[in-house]
Amino acid sequence: MDPIISTALVILLLPLLSFVVLFFFGERLPRRGDWVGVGALGVCLLLALVIFGHFWGRHDPTYRIEQGWTWLSIDRLHIDAGILIDGMTAVMLVVVTLVSFLVHVFSTSYMHGDRRYSRYFAFLGWFTFSMLGIVLSNSLFFLYVFWELVGLASYLLIGFWFHKPSAAAANKKAFLTNRVGDFGFWLGILFFFTAVGSFRYLDLFTGVASGMLAGKTLTIAGVLLFMGCVGKSAQVPLHVWLPDAMEGPTPVSALIHAATMVAAGVYMTARLFPLFSPTALLVIAYVGAITAFFAATIALVATDIKKGLAYSTISQLGYMVMAVGVGGVVSGMFHLTTHAAFKALLFLGSGSVIHAVHTQEMPEMGGLRRKLPITFITFTLGTLAIAGVPPFAGFFSKDAILGDALAFAMEKPQHFLPFVLALLAAALTAFYMFRMVYLTFAGKPRDQHKYEHAHEGSWAITGPLIVLAMLSVCAGWGGWFGRFVAKPGPVVIDHAAHSMGAMGGMHGMSGMGGTSGMGGMHEMPASPSPAPALATDATSGAPTSAAPATGSEHAGHEGHTMMGEAAPAAGAATADAAEHAAHAAHIRHTAHRRAMLLSLLVAGTGILLSTLTYLRRSISSAGAQAALPRVYQLLNRKYYFDEFYGVVVGRGLFLWNAALAAFDKHVIDGLVNGAGYATRGISWLFGMYDRYFVDGLVNGTGELIRQFGSLARQAQTGRIQTYFLGVISGLVLLIILYKAVLMP
Amino acid sequence: MLEIGLRHYLTLAALLLSAGVFTVISRRNAVVILMGVELILNAAALSFVAFSRYVTTGIVGQLVAVFVVVVAAAEAAVALAIVLAIFRNFQTVHVNQVDRLRK
Amino acid sequence: MPGLEIVSRSSLLTWMAFVPLIGAAAIIALPRASRGAHRWVALTTAAVPLLLAIQLFLTFDRATPGIQFSTQAEWIKSFNIQYFVGVDGISVTMVLLTALLSFLCIIASWGIEKATKGYFALFLLLETGMLGVFISLDFFLFYVFWEVMLLPMYFLIGIWGGPRREYAAIKFFLYTLFGSVLMLLALIALYFNVKDPVTGGHTFNMLAMMNQANHSAWLLNSGVRHILFLGLFVGFAIKVPIFPFHTWLPDAHVEAPTAVSVILAGVLLKMGTYGIFRVCYPMLPDAARWFSVPLAILGAINIVYGACVAMAQTDMKKLVAYSSVSHMGYVCLGMAVFNEAGFTGAMMQMFNHGCITAMLFLMVGVIYDRTHHREISGFGGLMMKMPRYSSLFSLALFAALGLPGLSGFVGEALVFVGAFRVYQTVTIISGLGIIIGAAYVLWMLQRVFLGPLNPKYEKLPDISLREMLSAVPIAVIVVLLGVYPPPIIDMIKVSLVNLLRHIPA
Repeated sequence: MDPIISTALVILLLPLLSFVVLFFFGERLPRRGDWVGVGALGVCLLLALVIFGHFWGRHDPTYRIEQGWTWLSIDRLHIDAGILIDGMTAVMLVVVTLVSFLVHVFSTSYMHGDRRYSRYFAFLGWFTFSMLGIVLSNSLFFLYVFWELVGLASYLLIGFWFHKPSAAAANKKAFLTNRVGDFGFWLGILFFFTAVGSFRYLDLFTGVASGMLAGKTLTIAGVLLFMGCVGKSAQVPLHVWLPDAMEGPTPVSALIHAATMVAAGVYMTARLFPLFSPTALLVIAYVGAITAFFAATIALVATDIKKGLAYSTISQLGYMVMAVGVGGVVSGMFHLTTHAAFKALLFLGSGSVIHAVHTQEMPEMGGLRRKLPITFITFTLGTLAIAGVPPFAGFFSKDAILGDALAFAMEKPQHFLPFVLALLAAALTAFYMFRMVYLTFAGKPRDQHKYEHAHEGSWAITGPLIVLAMLSVCAGWGGWFGRFVAKPGPVVIDHAAHSMGAMGGMHGMSGMGGTSGMGGMHEMPASPSPAPALATDATSGAPTSAAPATGSEHAGHEGHTMMGEAAPAAGAATADAAEHAAHAAHIRHTAHRRAMLLSLLVAGTGILLSTLTYLRRSISSAGAQAALPRVYQLLNRKYYFDEFYGVVVGRGLFLWNAALAAFDKHVIDGLVNGAGYATRGISWLFGMYDRYFVDGLVNGTGELIRQFGSLARQAQTGRIQTYFLGVISGLVLLIILYKAVLMP
Repeated sequence: MLEIGLRHYLTLAALLLSAGVFTVISRRNAVVILMGVELILNAAALSFVAFSRYVTTGIVGQLVAVFVVVVAAAEAAVALAIVLAIFRNFQTVHVNQVDRLRK
Repeated sequence: MPGLEIVSRSSLLTWMAFVPLIGAAAIIALPRASRGAHRWVALTTAAVPLLLAIQLFLTFDRATPGIQFSTQAEWIKSFNIQYFVGVDGISVTMVLLTALLSFLCIIASWGIEKATKGYFALFLLLETGMLGVFISLDFFLFYVFWEVMLLPMYFLIGIWGGPRREYAAIKFFLYTLFGSVLMLLALIALYFNVKDPVTGGHTFNMLAMMNQANHSAWLLNSGVRHILFLGLFVGFAIKVPIFPFHTWLPDAHVEAPTAVSVILAGVLLKMGTYGIFRVCYPMLPDAARWFSVPLAILGAINIVYGACVAMAQTDMKKLVAYSSVSHMGYVCLGMAVFNEAGFTGAMMQMFNHGCITAMLFLMVGVIYDRTHHREISGFGGLMMKMPRYSSLFSLALFAALGLPGLSGFVGEALVFVGAFRVYQTVTIISGLGIIIGAAYVLWMLQRVFLGPLNPKYEKLPDISLREMLSAVPIAVIVVLLGVYPPPIIDMIKVSLVNLLRHIPA
């Protein structure tokens, strides 16, 4: 086994071990076992950094290692479990283990003294295990498996304080909403499996590239797959669970509902990018853009700090999803990474605040910068990052996304909406995030009592904040991300390059190398693309597509933004394609320059407006509310989504089920019982006939014989003298007979 | 002078038999019934002796008559014992009242 | 289906099936008052089949589709009826399941106080009947065991059941008997139209019946085959139960004592689908193919309908009972698709559902013993007071909703994988079961275990050691098979693939 694979296995299994130990023996361990979780995650983080370093050194976003094991094999059906590690995985490993480790540390203080303290750490371990499973798995089947398992972890942790009815309702809602998405996700997986006959990503890419699934079916399958992302990454219209999920402990919100699990949907779409047809990508882009804008507007009026952050998370996830939709896999994943840092920071910061003042309502805070200086500084750094202020991390990633969206809009002017929505969302983000900072930390304390009692937490609280703040500042520097992730190009089947696999290796411009040998290990550096690389565009059924990037386009794109290292250039393309590519590259170049300016502009506007409203108070927020009562009401009620679902899904489903149950009880069972009654009725008739006619005959015969018997019985007196008289009479009779008849 | 012959013996025997049968049938007293039985037996014994004297040679008939007398004695003894037992249990020798099996 | 040969002989199965009968006789011989003795004798006798089942699991040859551990002897010579038993991949898992659940149910029945003598004797008789059904390879013998099992079940529900026990017991009995009659007719028709390959006379031998070369000309008529198939199918469908023959199930499950519910849901339901696999499919493969689309649709109805109705229930046991209807729908769907994934998924689902639903009923029984009611709305916050119990129950519930990593998922996933290729629309509709299944499970979890503790249950003791003993082994199996299913899959797949090969396209 490759050492990288075995390292990854250790990373995967350590949190599971932590879960098992803590679940069964946690209460009996010293310190109720928190050190087990923290220690396990610490080791995981170190190992993840080792893998990260390995890939850093490789400098090659197309390098991948894969190993599979047979899980199930029935005749021709094989389902394999496998690990796939490439740059994207390496980054995700660090993201997950890092945030998880910091949250573990944070929780030792935040959850101190909780009744189910060790259970909490057990669940965190379980979550980390499942999340790492999503990141590491090499097939849709196991992606789905771990997908559900993180759902369980999320369920357990949202409902951690299950004695609160709101928490008990929230975790159900989260799981169910996710299930709706997973229903589509699973069907999408079935579509792909049925067409291609394998769950393995690389086989699927090859299969789709070779047209085993094309046209409308491919689009439908892609959209269904995306439904999984809609559920998990809380996209409209399945976003309703995420704000409610804030019922969980705040560190959990930071880990699961901000940094990692909710990003799994984005990771999935990015990972499976080659499976989406251009139409499906368009759907993805629009859903993402709408979500980004729409959630940002709700965040404007939130008063609960965690709910505000939750809507901000939805909005940012919408950003990432949109990025993937417009073809910006790299920018989407990059934003995922930076977002994990600053959103975890913001959530942990809010946790620190909540820990200090014991409320989540921002109107009860204010002026906390003096009491919680470290939290204030780190929270502000996170806010600057998310608002897209250079040179903080969020600026680079958000700018990359906006650039991709603008390029998309410039290539296809009819689809300008995603870019516009994203731009507006950027402005709104800057606005509401600063509003949050001002309301919480600036001004005068609005609740003096709470203010008095507030104090900064221990190092376990502040330490993670500082680490994350540092990352929020510098995670965007240096264009390092291009070392790890490159946009997967169109997949081409190349029979010549690799003879070992049955299906052959796959090489787009990004060299999706891989063979389909079972249980084998594949180590495949990028190889020069063969000439017909671009021709496969048609096979994926997309005449209007600009999504599959060409080599030079890609290089231009990456080169312009922050990735100094362009992926190794693809081989020679045809002249036409080259021209097209050059054109596309030009568009991208322009787009990114414009997008950067625009994004700076809108972010600045947002911050300015927010400052004027909430710090300087020169614009009255109450006045704005009063001026637009309808809009305020609409936002405050979150566009009435919950009410709508409450009526349609909750009430409707309830009525439907009750109706079916009544049908079952009265109609189906009624038929059965009716058949029973009918049988009994007929039986009664037969019984009557039997009793009075058939039995009458039988009884009549009996009666007759009985009567006769009682008559004959009279002769039986039991007196010898009677019998003797008979004997004598008989004798006399015989003698007379003898005399009279026989001897006349 | 009328000579006493077989016919007279047989007639007497018949009369005895009839008397015995009538007694057995008509009387309800167990002792009386027993006496009737004795009459029947003696009627038979008389017939045997008569036939032996007038019809055959030898004394077979007389022997049987003696045997009948012996048996009758034994029978009377057993029967009287039963009647005694019945009397002890039922305080009566009236056969109509000894009808527990019938009920 | 030619090619099903006897590959090994052993008296193991005979011992397995009849040791419980000996135990039942021993219990009858004991005095009425010695309750402890009844229990211990029952436990010891039920342990024998379990140990033998473990041996069976370890020594079963997973590479052959043939009949293993078989015994063959004359029984009623004039009708050519044989005592012929054996197992192959189709029946072996059911035998394991029966032996396991029977043993655990004896543990779960420890608290029975009413007429223990009759209870345990009938229970052991029931075990003999069930094992007999799964190992019989002579159709007559099969039928005899099928009916033998009915009788103790009737009394167990009718005497030891809940308030409406007589109604439920009679309903169950009549329903099943109705199916049995249809089966009997088909059985007789088959008897007179199948020729014993050795003697040339009539035969009840299932292996002979599976070979169409032995079928008479009349039997080869497709109309006749369809009617025979339907007769057998309805007989088995009532046991499954397939919509619309399912209404005996909620009544019987709810009224039966805990252990009997476990056996009903865990083993008896499987007899229906087992019968279809054992009898209908190999003997009348063309008719099976003819009926596949209706079966798939019935499966989908079972899944969605059962789940919807389950959601509307207010009684925990009824909810679990309807969830069984839903889960058996997956088995039907899997059986209807005629490919390796579907068949294996169906078989796997049979085994797994047996385990999961058994655990669910055991758990409901635990709480019923403590509170004497099962109203979902009457609980709340039990997680606080009974953490161990709640964890076990939640595990079973999550397994029931098909959470990956637990065994319920494996069967469902395989069924979906197999079915999607064949009946896309039906499968998509069945997929709704994923959502609704989660809905009723979570709804119940929320109302029973989460939220504030109902003050009435402030002093509720957590699950006892004995109750744990009856449930934990199943929990372990559910987890192990969920993580790594090959131990069971490998046992069944060869036989199923062989069966599949002999069904005409």
